[in-house]
Amino acid sequence: MTQAQALPPLHMRRDAFNPTPELREIRETSGVRTVVNAFGMRVYLVTRHQDIKEVLSDHERFSNGRPPGFVLPGAPVVPEEEQTSARAGNLLGLDPPEHQRLRRMLTPEFTIRRMKRLEPRIVEIVAQQLDVMESAGPPADLVAAFALPIPSLVICELLGVPYDDRDDFQQRTARQLDLSIPIPERLEMQRHGRDYMRSLVERARQHPGEDILGMLVREHGAELTDDELIGVAGLLLLAGHETTSNMLGLGSLALLRHPDQLTAVRDDPDAAGPAVEELLRWLSIVHSAIPRITTTDVEVAGMPIPAGQLVLVSLPSGNRDPDFIDSAEILDIRRGAPGHLAFGHGVHHCLGAPLARMEMRIAFPALLRRFPMLAVGEDFADVQFRSFHFIYGLKSLEVTW
Amino acid sequence: VVKIQADRDVCIQAGNCVMVADTVFDQDDDGIVVVRVDEVPEGEEEHAREAVKLCPSQALQLVD
Repeated sequence: MTQAQALPPLHMRRDAFNPTPELREIRETSGVRTVVNAFGMRVYLVTRHQDIKEVLSDHERFSNGRPPGFVLPGAPVVPEEEQTSARAGNLLGLDPPEHQRLRRMLTPEFTIRRMKRLEPRIVEIVAQQLDVMESAGPPADLVAAFALPIPSLVICELLGVPYDDRDDFQQRTARQLDLSIPIPERLEMQRHGRDYMRSLVERARQHPGEDILGMLVREHGAELTDDELIGVAGLLLLAGHETTSNMLGLGSLALLRHPDQLTAVRDDPDAAGPAVEELLRWLSIVHSAIPRITTTDVEVAGMPIPAGQLVLVSLPSGNRDPDFIDSAEILDIRRGAPGHLAFGHGVHHCLGAPLARMEMRIAFPALLRRFPMLAVGEDFADVQFRSFHFIYGLKSLEVTW
Repeated sequence: VVKIQADRDVCIQAGNCVMVADTVFDQDDDGIVVVRVDEVPEGEEEHAREAVKLCPSQALQLVD
């Protein structure tokens, strides 16, 4: 790691569960400040709940698209053709109406009714992982034994990705999202990921299965290019296992550090739903939404921002804004925290939110009921957080029971 | 009397409305919002208001 990376960029800085106090200071003063992002670019950082909602819901003035010629500093020059192909199908890089076109192909797979049908299978997957963990005996790494495999198994099955390939794609996406790894290597990981997904897409074109890839080929195969299919599937795979797994790991640690609240999640079947929402809010593992680019001169919190500037919204800061919720710094699983921004806001609101919620509502109580004596097996001061990662979480967590 | 208007073209199928007020809202097979009732039933007004507030794409509107 180079000297310049001794600290992650400001919007990613945390102290265990808490966002850096500097974010609160911005929120309490100007609300918006220019900072340097992970690529060394100057961005406008938005920190208040209401301002964040306004930015994220205004896709006309705050665009996810990138103007022609836009390059990340430090990124190798990539031929335009390759760039276009690499961007295809990436919902997070699109604005309406193109965004809506792709999103609507996927949403039938993520309705609440569909999730309810999936529930027994998720219960089964969770129970199987807990069986494995139990028979191996304590101590265990909760990330490797519980937090990572459950969402990975679920998304693999849903999408039609062989679970046996998990070591490769988990390592690839983890490195792809790790800021301490040089950009060329991260882009290389991305390229490998696309090559891998291309092989799955080709197979699905030949023999579409009963999974999301198969559905996309059967129902939208004619209107989707291979590049789009690769992009969509790659995003679902990455988002499906990188996010929920970090919530499961970090959320378990948060509960272990709040024993009364842990007891409620374990013993009260009605507690899990609101607890998941509050954990999403309090932990806000996604540091920021995809940076938006202003398409015109705008003003946020009274600060003028010219056209063509990058705007970054701090989700942990917005979720701890006292103007949004009382005692925002406190974890209180009983309140349920409706209106939190952990899944974003606006047209890009997390597509997989109903799935993530269901996985967590099943997995947290199941873990705590299986191991009622679950305890952290290492000093809290020694716990390794993913400080340089675009999605916050734990590297590992030793537990005993 | 509280009524709800839903703009199905604007809906992004997040499902938040169904999560907080499933007597008032449903999703069709594509995930797009369906308002189940002409008038919000008594006792459900609070949930309906919450759903309108939570909608990430501002597809819902209260009509008093």
